[in-house]
Amino acid sequence: MSYHPESLIIELEERARELRIDSLAMIYRRGAGHPGGSLSVAEIMAALFFHKMRLDPERPDWPERDRFILSKGHASAILYAALARRGFFPMEDLKQWGELSCHLQGHPDCLKTPGVEMTSGILGHGVAIGSGWALAARMNHLNYRVYVLLGDGECQAGVVWEGAMTAAKYRLANLTAIVDYNDVQLDGPVHEIMPMEPFVGKWQVFNWAVLEINGHNMRQVVEALDMADEIHDRPTVIVAHTTKGKGVSFMENDSHWHGVPPDDVQYAQAIAELRGEV
Amino acid sequence: MAEMSMREGYGRALAEYGEINPDVVVLDADTSASTLSHFFAQRFPERFFNIGIAEPCMVDVAVGLALGGKIPFANAFAALVSLRALEQIRTCVCYARRNVKLAAGYAGLSDFKDGPTHHAIMDIATMRAMPEMTVIVPADALEAGKWVPVMAEYEGPVYFRLSRAATIPVHNEGLQVEIGKGITLREGSDVTIVGTGSMVGRSLLAAEKLAKEGMEARVLEIHTVKPLDVDLIWQAAEETGAIVTAEEHSVIGGLGGAVAETLCVGRPVALERVGVADTFTCTALDPESLMDACGLAVEDIVTAVKRVLGRKPR
Repeated sequence: MSYHPESLIIELEERARELRIDSLAMIYRRGAGHPGGSLSVAEIMAALFFHKMRLDPERPDWPERDRFILSKGHASAILYAALARRGFFPMEDLKQWGELSCHLQGHPDCLKTPGVEMTSGILGHGVAIGSGWALAARMNHLNYRVYVLLGDGECQAGVVWEGAMTAAKYRLANLTAIVDYNDVQLDGPVHEIMPMEPFVGKWQVFNWAVLEINGHNMRQVVEALDMADEIHDRPTVIVAHTTKGKGVSFMENDSHWHGVPPDDVQYAQAIAELRGEV
Repeated sequence: MAEMSMREGYGRALAEYGEINPDVVVLDADTSASTLSHFFAQRFPERFFNIGIAEPCMVDVAVGLALGGKIPFANAFAALVSLRALEQIRTCVCYARRNVKLAAGYAGLSDFKDGPTHHAIMDIATMRAMPEMTVIVPADALEAGKWVPVMAEYEGPVYFRLSRAATIPVHNEGLQVEIGKGITLREGSDVTIVGTGSMVGRSLLAAEKLAKEGMEARVLEIHTVKPLDVDLIWQAAEETGAIVTAEEHSVIGGLGGAVAETLCVGRPVALERVGVADTFTCTALDPESLMDACGLAVEDIVTAVKRVLGRKPR
C-alpha cells in the first residue's frame, strides 16, 4: 500500500464537496432524484473516479480500464456529476438531465451515457454482474478491477447474496464491492425495516474479505481501496459507514430525503452549508 | 433406435461449437445433467460456470461475462429462468442490450412428469414482449443443433426455447436456418398451418390427414417467433385465406398471439389457434399423451383447420 500525502486527501475531499454540490444542483433543477444516497457516497465516488480507478475519458472502451457498476442506480446524480467532471461528457449536459433529448436517464443507461459501464436502477444486480465481469477479466488475462457500489437496503435483495456466493466460489480477488451503509432506506431506518446486522459477519461467512471504514474519512476510503488490491484469494467488500444526506444538516439521517428534491429555500440552505457559508 | 431428444441435439452441438469459438462460455443453474450443457462442461471445464439453484444470479453473471466480451449461453429450465429471472432478463439483458443467449430447456409441457410447476406455457409471451429480444423455438433435435452457431454469431439477446423430449423429426442434415426467416415445409392452397417447436411435426401429420380428406394445407415453420416473418405469413394469408397456428404454449400471447397481431393489421383472414387453453396443466406419464390431453393433438389441429375453413369466405 502506497503512502498518500495529505495534499491528495485534501484534493479528494474538495472533489467530494464538488460532487455533492453538483448532485444537489441537478436534483433541484430537475425537480427529481435521490439526494440522500448521492450525498452519502461522495467520498467513495471522489476516491474512485479521481484517484483509484484507471480511466481514460478519451477512450471509454479502453480494454484495460477499471470497471464501475453503480448497483444503487438511483444515486445516478452523483455518478453523472463524477463522469462529467472526469471529462466523459460536457458539464453542460448535467443541466439537461431527464429531458427527452438528453442522454442522462433517471437511472444509469450504459447504451446512452459515455462512461456508464452498466445499466442499473433496479437494486441487487451489481455483485452478480460484477462477478461475471471479473471472471471474464481473468479468462481474458486482463488485470482490470471491477468495483461495485451498492446500498445497505439493497442487500436485503436475495440476489446480492447469490452473487456473493458466486464471487466467493470463483475467488474473484479482482472484485471490490463497497456498501454505502447509511442505515436509512426509503421507508425508514434499515435496522427497523429489515435489520442487516451482523452485517460484517454476513459477508465474512460468505467468504469475502471485509474492510470496515468510516465512509466519510477520505484517508480511510483511499487506504481501504488500496488494501483490497493486496487480497489475492477472495473478493473484498468495504463496509463504509456513512450518513445518508451527509453534509446537509436537515437531510442527514432522514428517510424523507431518500428520493425528494429540495424546494428553493431548502436548496439555498443546502448549498450554503456545502460551501461552508453557514 | 429412439430419436435424439432436442436437448441432446443442442447439448452436443454446443460442445462441438465450443471447439470453434473460444469466446463461448456456458452457465447452468444446477441443471447441466438435464439441459445437457454438461457435454460442454466436460469438454471445457474452465469455460463452464455452475451457479447453483439461482437463476437470477446466473443471468446476471452471464451479463457480466458478456460485458467482458464473452458469448454466454445460460442454461436452465424454461419455467424457472423465464419467471425467476424475468427482471434480470428485462433490465440487464434486454434493456442493456447484452449479448446473452438464454437456453431455456424443458419448455412447454416436456417436463411432463414434474407437472405444472415445471411446465413453461407463458414464456414465449413474456419473452416476445421484451424489446431487443429474439425468440427462437426449434422444431427438432437436428434444428436445435443448427441454431447454436447462428445464435453465437448473432450479436444480441436470444431466448432459445428447447424441449426436453424427442419431437417428431422434421428436418434433414442439409437444413440451414436464418433468424427471422420462416420455412415452408409443405405447399398447399386451402389453408395454412403455422407451427412452432414440437408442434411443427404434428402440423405436418395433420396436413397429411387433411390431404386424405381432400384439403391441401400449407405448413409453415415459424422458428423465430420474434422477429416474426411477417411477409411469409401475409403471403400465406393472401394465397390460402385461412390460418391455424399450433404451439406448445398458452393460446395467449405466444405464436398464435403474434400471428393474430400481424394478420389483423395487414391481412385480416380467419384464424384459429391451437395451444394450451388458459388453464394450468397436469402431470402425465409421457409427453405425447400430455400434449394430446392439453389440446395439442394432431386431431386438434385437424379440427381447427375444419373450423377455420368454415369461417373462410367462399
